[in-house]
Amino acid sequence: MNLGAHADFIIAAYAVAVLVIAALIGWVVLDHRAQKRHLARLEASGVARRSDRTVARTA
Amino acid sequence: MALIDLANPSRFLSLAERVLPWLIGITIIAFAIGLQQTAGAPDDYQQGATVKIMFIHVPSAWLGMFGWTLMSIAAFGTLVWRHPLADVTAKAAAPIGAAFTFLCLVTGSLWGRPMWGTYWVWDARLTSVLILFLMYLGVIALWRTVDDPSRAARAAAVLTLVGAINLPIIKFSVDWWNTLHQPASVIRLGGSTIDATILIPLLVMAGAFTLLFVTLLIAAMRNEILRRRVRTLMLMQAQAAPGSAS
Repeated sequence: MNLGAHADFIIAAYAVAVLVIAALIGWVVLDHRAQKRHLARLEASGVARRSDRTVARTA
Repeated sequence: MALIDLANPSRFLSLAERVLPWLIGITIIAFAIGLQQTAGAPDDYQQGATVKIMFIHVPSAWLGMFGWTLMSIAAFGTLVWRHPLADVTAKAAAPIGAAFTFLCLVTGSLWGRPMWGTYWVWDARLTSVLILFLMYLGVIALWRTVDDPSRAARAAAVLTLVGAINLPIIKFSVDWWNTLHQPASVIRLGGSTIDATILIPLLVMAGAFTLLFVTLLIAAMRNEILRRRVRTLMLMQAQAAPGSAS
């Protein structure tokens, strides 16, 4: 594939796209792990929502 | 499952867990096809190979506007119907929309330098898209400033609806004012002016980018629901602590 005289601009545009998309994916994945970790810590300390307690009692 | 059932955050979480792996797989396949078509697309007779920047610039621009449109619909959901997932949707969509608008601005700038001879010009299209990006940053800042999610949601919804005035300005800026940016060439009355050899890869890439947006949005909404659960549990823990006011 020949990108011609302006190859630098084309490569830079695709590189920025990769970086932005990677940052978005990283943000979503790391945030999910952080929230799951917080929830696990709180539940381990005995705090539970009313709906969760109801489910646990009926199970 | 009826659509109304998704209003329940627990049901939404359960659906998201089932749907996300499929969406991730379809998005990867769509990008593989799109990039393969992009590599094989011919050069433009005037712009040469720089037309390849269009395959990421145009979908980013569409999704930047789509994000705000989605947030505006969600704002109605928050203010009028008080839909449980409306403000979760709006909050989750803001950083994703901002990222695609940023990508649109940067790739447009990198395309503009070799074609126009400048990275930036204060014409109506470029300026209105920059305003959209700044409005995204404003909404994100507002969400982070107000601690109570329901109060933040109402304030952000009002700001979002006011900001929606910018969407038709972006779309029609190239018709209403004399701009360096080219007029609409894909979505226009009378059909697209782009040759099929370039239009088809563009539409495939637009589909792939849209799938990516939806995937990220559902994952971010899931995270926001979990964040609110964490907040509720932390408040309960604080209230149950010895010496608390309650």
